Amino acid sequence: MASLSSPLRLCRGILREIRAIKGPEYKQSLAYNYVLDQFRKNQITGERYCRAQEEALHASHSYLCLLTSTRQHMALYDIYHGKGQRDTEEMAGIVGLRLPTQPGGKGWEK
Amino acid sequence: MLRNLVRLHSRVGHALSPPIVCPRSQALKLPLPLLSVNSKYYSIITERKKFYEDVSISHGEAGGMFEINLDQRKLKTPGGKLFTAPNKALAIAVANEWDTQKDTVKFYSMHMTTLCNTALDNPTFRSKDQMITAALKYLETDTICYRVEEPPSLVELQNNEWDPVLNWIEDRYNVVVGSSTNILGPEIPQATMDTFRQHLGSYNFWSLTGLEYVITQLKSVVLAFALIDKHITVEQAVLLSRLEEEFQIGHWGNVEWAHDVDLYELRARTAAGALFVHFSSESSTVKRKLMQD
Repeated sequence: MASLSSPLRLCRGILREIRAIKGPEYKQSLAYNYVLDQFRKNQITGERYCRAQEEALHASHSYLCLLTSTRQHMALYDIYHGKGQRDTEEMAGIVGLRLPTQPGGKGWEK
Repeated sequence: MLRNLVRLHSRVGHALSPPIVCPRSQALKLPLPLLSVNSKYYSIITERKKFYEDVSISHGEAGGMFEINLDQRKLKTPGGKLFTAPNKALAIAVANEWDTQKDTVKFYSMHMTTLCNTALDNPTFRSKDQMITAALKYLETDTICYRVEEPPSLVELQNNEWDPVLNWIEDRYNVVVGSSTNILGPEIPQATMDTFRQHLGSYNFWSLTGLEYVITQLKSVVLAFALIDKHITVEQAVLLSRLEEEFQIGHWGNVEWAHDVDLYELRARTAAGALFVHFSSESSTVKRKLMQD
């Protein structure tokens, strides 16, 4: 049931995400070097079926999923999420009113 | 959107407060939500102006733990402890999250950091046993085991998609987990619970935090196990968890501001949980073989 992509696609995908995050100097970032390092290390194996390689592949797939979905979630959040309420003073000011003041303080305030 | 805010403050997604060493001089005239000063761990700050430039990690001496440095200052957990990660991969994932932030630090998007904070602080003082019991409670009402009787296309979809995973887990752990259309849910035999309990007991505290998080997000123990055992990918697990919703979307149409937002958020959280478990329970060795010809 595990239809994982090839390592090359995963590696490219992750690096593309890192580039989208960091901008032009993405090659100096920690994550970039670490990811490349890991992919290189796990490449060489004498076994035909290497469990560690499968695990590393699954982990990198999960990381790619994490990066992409966080980015997409934030994009939608910025569009659709409510911006919060204004301060009551501001809101009153919009219609030209002012909040009442009580010089002795309200009953429940210390 | 109150629903989103409520989900942010779930117990495990233990909201972050900024590191204690940082100056509080910036004028908080931004439309920030309320600051609750009473609770110790639970200040409802969802965003903060970005107060650092560089993020780096450093390798501590004691126990080989990794720390995160924001502009020369060490990162701390909301509980005040020094933030330490047990291995480099996790440290880099967290550092990358902090690095991703631009202008404002959005704590609700930093899932790895949140998970690490929960594991380090343990704000609700839970023991391993309590966590295992809580995790297994989800088995009695597992998504995969709860089937509908109509409409027939949904029944068929559920059988086609969910049965293979059920068969896999029954084979892999040598247990019996049935599915049922009963309102009370499936009858899980005690032997199954014992096997799972024993299996969960073999994970360390950090991995268990992550695992319980994944179970809570997917609302299914079976799917969480399938994901952690690397039988299915994160996207597949999320799809199977939301199967009925996807079915209804296919029928009635997709609503971007609800369905897509939920989907991406669920994917992000589940991916973070899966990665967290993977990093917390792995150990890597490099064996060099001599070249033979």
